[in-house]
Amino acid sequence: MRPEIALPILIPLFFGALSLAVWRSRLAQRWLAVIGTGALLASGIWLLFATLNQGPLVTTLGDWQAPFGIVLVSDLLGAIMVLLAGLMAFSAAVYSLAAMGEGHERFGYYPLLHMLLAGVCGAFLTGDIFNLFVWFEVLLIASFALLILGGERAQMEGAIKYVTINLISSAVLLTAIGLVYGLVGSLNMADLAVKFADADAEHTGLITVIAMLFMISFGIKAAAFPLFFWLPASYHTPPVAVSALFAGLLTKVGVYALYRFFTLIFTQDAELIQTILIWGGTITMVVGVLGAAAHFEFRRILAFHSVSQIGYMILALGLMSPLAIAGGLIYTFHHSVVKTNLFFVSGVSYRLRGTHELKELGGLYRAAPWLSLLFLISALSLAGIPPLSGFFAKFVLVRGALDLQFWVVTGIALAVGLLTLFSMTKIWAEAFWKAAPENAPTPPPVEPGQPLYLMYLPIIGLAAIAVLMGIFGEAVFELAMLAAEQLEDSRIYIEAVLGENP
Amino acid sequence: MEPLMAYVVGGLYAAAIYMMLRRSIVKLVIGLILLSNAANLLIFTAAGLVRGTPPLIAEGAQVPPPGVADPLPQALVLTAIVIAFGVLAFAVVLIHRAYEIVKADDLDQMKSTDT
Repeated sequence: MRPEIALPILIPLFFGALSLAVWRSRLAQRWLAVIGTGALLASGIWLLFATLNQGPLVTTLGDWQAPFGIVLVSDLLGAIMVLLAGLMAFSAAVYSLAAMGEGHERFGYYPLLHMLLAGVCGAFLTGDIFNLFVWFEVLLIASFALLILGGERAQMEGAIKYVTINLISSAVLLTAIGLVYGLVGSLNMADLAVKFADADAEHTGLITVIAMLFMISFGIKAAAFPLFFWLPASYHTPPVAVSALFAGLLTKVGVYALYRFFTLIFTQDAELIQTILIWGGTITMVVGVLGAAAHFEFRRILAFHSVSQIGYMILALGLMSPLAIAGGLIYTFHHSVVKTNLFFVSGVSYRLRGTHELKELGGLYRAAPWLSLLFLISALSLAGIPPLSGFFAKFVLVRGALDLQFWVVTGIALAVGLLTLFSMTKIWAEAFWKAAPENAPTPPPVEPGQPLYLMYLPIIGLAAIAVLMGIFGEAVFELAMLAAEQLEDSRIYIEAVLGENP
Repeated sequence: MEPLMAYVVGGLYAAAIYMMLRRSIVKLVIGLILLSNAANLLIFTAAGLVRGTPPLIAEGAQVPPPGVADPLPQALVLTAIVIAFGVLAFAVVLIHRAYEIVKADDLDQMKSTDT
């Protein structure tokens, strides 16, 4: 029994239950949110160091040995994602102290936040595909409720699409799990990897069908082309802290599942899967960035950019070389940090100006020069300007693509980077640079006990991480490379779960 | 038995997708209900259907006799039913609230957040 693997799941569950117990006390819930997510971040750091020092960690639940019982597995990919979840959660919790209205807090914002995190961390750590489905449902139901908290018309309209498409995705996932069980009679990921690797030739077609079902299901959750339309329709509707957390974390769960399944389990029909992933990823980034270029609402631009950046991560998976996957992992981490930060900045600009429409914004550079600087760090990092985090993420990924001689894809990836810079420049010119328009709306009234510096703290912290990831690029790269090598050699994972000779 | 179930499952998927493509949000939820049931039946069928052989271990034996029903898919389906029930209950409340706010049950009138 390894406590550090179970802690990232137990901590949010415990604090979620505790927050429900103090339902009436807003103050207690706020403090529990900060303490709970801080503890989650600390346990994520512990887990990463333990995994780094001792190799993949495994815990069997109820002492039922794999492949019969459910196992929790933490390899470097899982540990990095848990750390990311802790980081996003902690910054969102601090930001919420100043940004979340009393109405939202009284209707269970913080307990839902903890439940969402429990689902996310569970999905990152489980080694059993049905258990993965259950964690997906845990995080989905929490995200449904977070999305409609406040009950405005736009939220309802966005939520209907979000709920429907996610339920379809769950049904497809369940179908695939049923077919897997019918075919090989196992649900343990490591066991499945062994069984699919030496499956009979007559089953190859069916295995490919199952792989496609998984790809569609996770592709919907990750918002890959052509399955992304729910994301720009819903992500800009909830309060900014929720949007930021969703954009930083929820699509990454889908990306994580794609990485896990297509490096570990479905490796036999690699050429077909790689082709689909490479071109799916490429089209995703082009469509996303073009959508962003066409919009003039702060949060909608950011939502479309989320789609675009997911494309890079899927492309990295499709290339399937250790270098490209390391690039994809850096990209995943960097994008979460930067995109969450940009959403946070949009929240501050809303508080100062009372609108998200770029046409009505303006003069922010004069009114809040430090905010402008923080926006610029995140925006330039998103576009991949050295020496910020996005540059190294893109550099490693492009280098991986060039090594495999994918010239066209590389060219498109670089051009998309340029278009990203274009729409970031658009936000900069419209919201920060130009003079404030005459008929600007009045800023919303600020509720007592919500000082502005609490909104700035997480923004400064995440911007610092974006800079540090660039400055200490080599250490980040080495860690990502180790994780990619673990993914590449699936025997490491299998032996950790099933023992030496499965 | 299995071919019949395969047709039933296929019919349920088709009906579910047809209902979800309608404009009414009530039919949308009916489609979701059919979809989750179709997935549950599929797990059941894919894992093998047998009649009258419960997975019981006789007294003194270590393993059940060969050919008994597999209890695991039944546990999976049970879990999936419970989850689907909770999620669908949420969906029903959601469309009710959406109907109250938008004052229409037509998905074509809920396009203001689309792009």
